[in-house]
Amino acid sequence: MSVIQALDIGLALLVLAVAGWTIAAREAFASVVGYVAYGLLLSLVWVRLFAVDVALTEAAIGSGVTGVLLISAVVRLRKTEAPAAAERPGVVLRALAAALCTVVAAALAAVVLLMPDPGATLAPEAGQHLGELGVGNPITAVLIAYRSFDTMLEKVVLILAVIGVWSLASDGNWGGVAGPRRGARPEGALAFLAQLLPPLGIVVAIHIVWVGANEPGGAFQGGAILAAMALIVLMARLTEAPEIRRRWLRLALIAGPAVFLVVGIAGFAIPGSFLAYPAGWAKPLILLIEAFMTLSIAATLPMLVIGPPDRPPS
Amino acid sequence: MNVAIDIFTIVAISAGAVFFMAGTVGLLRFPDSFTRLHALTKADNLGLGLIVLGLLPQASGLLGALKLVAVWVLVQLAGATVAQLIAHALRRKGPPT
Amino acid sequence: MSAAILAGLTGAALVGLGLYGLLTDPHPLRKILAFNILGSGVFLLFGIIARKGAAAGFAADPVPQAMVITGIVVAFSATALAVTLLLRLFQETRRATLEPDAPAKTPDAGVDG
Repeated sequence: MSVIQALDIGLALLVLAVAGWTIAAREAFASVVGYVAYGLLLSLVWVRLFAVDVALTEAAIGSGVTGVLLISAVVRLRKTEAPAAAERPGVVLRALAAALCTVVAAALAAVVLLMPDPGATLAPEAGQHLGELGVGNPITAVLIAYRSFDTMLEKVVLILAVIGVWSLASDGNWGGVAGPRRGARPEGALAFLAQLLPPLGIVVAIHIVWVGANEPGGAFQGGAILAAMALIVLMARLTEAPEIRRRWLRLALIAGPAVFLVVGIAGFAIPGSFLAYPAGWAKPLILLIEAFMTLSIAATLPMLVIGPPDRPPS
Repeated sequence: MNVAIDIFTIVAISAGAVFFMAGTVGLLRFPDSFTRLHALTKADNLGLGLIVLGLLPQASGLLGALKLVAVWVLVQLAGATVAQLIAHALRRKGPPT
Repeated sequence: MSAAILAGLTGAALVGLGLYGLLTDPHPLRKILAFNILGSGVFLLFGIIARKGAAAGFAADPVPQAMVITGIVVAFSATALAVTLLLRLFQETRRATLEPDAPAKTPDAGVDG
């Protein structure tokens, strides 16, 4: 066994152990902390699968932003843990569930082991027209060109999620403010970080979106970094989130899919089909869409984390 | 020359790994949260610093080296802030148990 | 055994673990967590499909990878919606349970999907 193989096996065991801890931990808070660590370890597995774009997304969104969301929820739900523990199913039922889950996992494992090698692939098709698009990262090409329909609808899903979250506000708070209140005197270390980090974070985010055309990176990862900067500023209580009735906020939320849709419909007129890019214009159009998508992701993720408005508009 | 650079990398990264190991041992063995925090932040800053130092000669060009240094600086900044916050929360909760 | 197969087997085990947590843990927040673990296991299975589809000079098939990236973002937005629903349920009833027949202060507010 080579060193790399030993490391791979160790990593896989570690991922499974932390996932098991997340499921089995007695306290929900410990379980959430385990989940954040699990997400970071999982992104290492993605690097081992040569999927660096996925690793970045998993670390930023799957682990980071989801972690913030879950930690703030688990603190607010602390009182509900003891009553819930009383509802735990009996040993027989749990054993049955364990048996069922083992069967499912074993079936999936069999599929993995029996998978043909090399398997079916769309890589040649995805790589064929990279030159014409002016994009070197095949994943960006798939996201913004070949399967752009999926990506656009996924942005619509994000907007629907924001609408769903907002609709859970009490009637009196509609149009109001969500998230932490502005602090009278922002606390030391976190306030310092929240003042120091955002300029750096914005540069890094733009860099990641820009290099995403040719190397790992892109709108999702860059947008997630921008969202993290917004969340740090909110958590340090340097400022409050905007009222959800603000027009500029709503424009920022829909900018990505709106630009996507406009380019798509323009595709009917010029190259002749929905979301087709006219020859020679692919690269500028892709950059335009990515820029607005980044803006929308950066606005959407914090709004989803801080939840529905809990105080009325001023 | 290349061999000397590679040896430097290996030595620096190994030293960094030792610091990480020491920090982990401290995390597991120290009696209370404050000392555990101390073990983590001190060891990890120095450990990551040594690993970055070891990787610098292997970086592809100036930009790659700058990115490595940026990673180190950002991790230090985040680590120091989080350590402050945890210590602050612990102090508010009362004396260490 | 290659790294890809190992990751695929890890994904299969994660699906099993997540499913177990989803079925047996009574607390809704823990169910959401378990569901996310199940989901990331499914993503890893996509990962091995991508890795096995390495061709045309790419280390992995970009199409499943792009699907996983959109999947992670959609999973996050679904998680956010579920957590908000749960917090709202707690705010209304002071409880967080999916048991329909448990004693609730407002009898019709104890159930969600």
